[in-house]
Amino acid sequence: MSEENKREEGRPEVPSAAEQQQESPAAEQPESAASAQAEPAPEQKEPANTQEVAGTEPAGAGAEHPNQPQPDTMPGQPQAESAPGQTAPEQSQAADEAKPAASSGEGAASGAGAGAAVDPEREAKIKAAQEARAARLAAKAAAEGGAGAGAGAAVDPEREAKIKAAQEARAARLAAKAAAEGAGAAGDAPAEPKPPSPKQPWLDEAVELLKTEVHPEAVEEAVINELAGDMPTITVKAEHWRAAAELLRDHEKLGCRYLRNVTGVDYETHMEVVYFVINLETKREYAIKIRTDREQPSVPSATPVWPGANWPEREVYDLLGIDFPGHPDLRRILMPDDWVGHPLRKDYVPLDPEV
Amino acid sequence: MIRTEELLLNVGPQHPSTHGVFRIIVKIDGEVITEATPVIGYLHRGTEKLAESLNYTQIVPYTDRMDYLSAMTNNYVLCYAVEKMMGIEVPERAQFLRLIVMELQRIASHLVWWGTYLLDLGALSPFLFAFKEREMIINLFNELCGARLTYNYMRVGGVKWDAPPGWIDKVRDFIPHMEKQLKEYDRLVSGNEIFLARVKGIGKYDAETAIAYGLSGANLRCTGVKWDLRKDEPYCIYDRFEFDVPVGQNGDCYDRYLIRLEEIRQSLRILKQAVEQFPSSGETMGKVPRAIRPPAGETYVRIESPRGEIGCHIVSKGKAEPYRLKFRRPSFNNLQILPKLLEGESISNLIAILGGVDIVLGEVDC
Repeated sequence: MSEENKREEGRPEVPSAAEQQQESPAAEQPESAASAQAEPAPEQKEPANTQEVAGTEPAGAGAEHPNQPQPDTMPGQPQAESAPGQTAPEQSQAADEAKPAASSGEGAASGAGAGAAVDPEREAKIKAAQEARAARLAAKAAAEGGAGAGAGAAVDPEREAKIKAAQEARAARLAAKAAAEGAGAAGDAPAEPKPPSPKQPWLDEAVELLKTEVHPEAVEEAVINELAGDMPTITVKAEHWRAAAELLRDHEKLGCRYLRNVTGVDYETHMEVVYFVINLETKREYAIKIRTDREQPSVPSATPVWPGANWPEREVYDLLGIDFPGHPDLRRILMPDDWVGHPLRKDYVPLDPEV
Repeated sequence: MIRTEELLLNVGPQHPSTHGVFRIIVKIDGEVITEATPVIGYLHRGTEKLAESLNYTQIVPYTDRMDYLSAMTNNYVLCYAVEKMMGIEVPERAQFLRLIVMELQRIASHLVWWGTYLLDLGALSPFLFAFKEREMIINLFNELCGARLTYNYMRVGGVKWDAPPGWIDKVRDFIPHMEKQLKEYDRLVSGNEIFLARVKGIGKYDAETAIAYGLSGANLRCTGVKWDLRKDEPYCIYDRFEFDVPVGQNGDCYDRYLIRLEEIRQSLRILKQAVEQFPSSGETMGKVPRAIRPPAGETYVRIESPRGEIGCHIVSKGKAEPYRLKFRRPSFNNLQILPKLLEGESISNLIAILGGVDIVLGEVDC
């Protein structure tokens, strides 16, 4: 990072960042951070501030929706596959971390021999770690409150206001987007005299087929995504996804036999899995989105349709905790098998912040 | 009566032929593999997670470390995605520099593959040959951006450093040298009987399987599917140059070998044209706003890395940091066919097949 900084010295960003810093005294920081969340234009660049926001946010979220025990309720998480050499230090380290911090010592079970009887022990550890974290955060908040002109005390209402503002902004954006899409979908009466995308027929055709061949209600939304090179983007209802996938692959007009990418996104209001498919002969391509609930995220697996979805879906499960019913072998792939939580979820709090 | 028992054999993660930390658990019946289970994640650094708290310029060095044999293409895919979202135009000279370094990178990457693959198969000298030529490319990169492996060279809107005086001439001199050496490579290895016995007909699959598994790069083209993003979905300035996309027919390790060698030749062809047309002056950075904040929305771009389709999916909320950043890594997607390829194979072919896929673990685990 220092190397990066050195390299960036010649660029105009650095002086501008310095200017920003000068213009914003420390006492104003939390407020401007709140406004930055609501409206993207004025944003704080000062690292300390963003760190503070990042530090307080997930903790609150974690308290409201503890996502730690989730993996235990998730299907397909064999412990036996784990590499003992790799995972053991992780656990004992977590236990060590919990030991001095939680004075009650309830979570201080030794990390050794964690293979079989993981659950009670692990839960205790999680609890201890959470307590320790809460204590640390409280201490940090107190310290900041002392130093930063009394800004640290009223964290919660402030944060709620921020969330509310962000939600409102999002709703407004969504409404604007929906309006734009409505105009685009209507086709015959667009708001502005913009020529329709050359990929519009692909979109219309696929939507029509999905409605007639799969289910009249299968399509939730269909847009041309201009930011992605006019990618025809279709949101399909989860319950119709399997049938829709087969249609996309097998229908002679579509023939998207090549699955090029699978992504999962946590939008905080919901989760989304995106499949990018293409027909290599005609180059007809689609992005298919499936929205799912955040508490019990689940999307029918596309692996039976495209075998190449196997690992990417495991990755999405691993990093976002989305379940894929119908997947032949759904277990973690990048993180250790006994990892707690799903790191790319926006409410993820690491079990051991030192790791 | 002779009885054979199934044996569980662990390969890696510290096995020299895995070129990184890759582990595979194979069940063998005699010498025949009945089941293979890859275990990955030893090199997972959470690049996508880290990226969510970094601005786009800060993410560039992280992309270097994904596929560390092809840092230039990784740099490019990220910058390209942001440029696409923001509608930034990259100046001509920067486009040429990007194209030249990406093609040099492709050659360097294929050279490492060629050398180490043969090393895996028991031939030492090709490795020494390949690394000699690769060193020349690395030196060129070093001169350009001061690093040998992790270049951090590209920026949203252009490239960080202009070519130093005389650099283009050095690239020009390298081309005929490499062409000559390539003939040597061919003579040394391509017809060698021991080599042929180890790769011909090994690790075979057909086009349908390759497509179903989402393979890309030489792993896809070896089955006869002509799919190269430089041609099929042109990016940068690839549509200005003449080159061929080599395809195989048999879908075996030998075809993959031949394709990669031919790709070096084709890259040299592109380089030759690019060096001739290289603009004598011009900017290396386009007009980029002070703070890079792509508009709210999402994009997916993909380019042809030496290993196949590398993609970048950005979800932006209009901030300096991405809301979600996902890399589609060709090694990761290509590797998942391995258990299928190994089933029923002799244990002695394991390394030949694994090497033929051409993975970089930094990219598999990301």
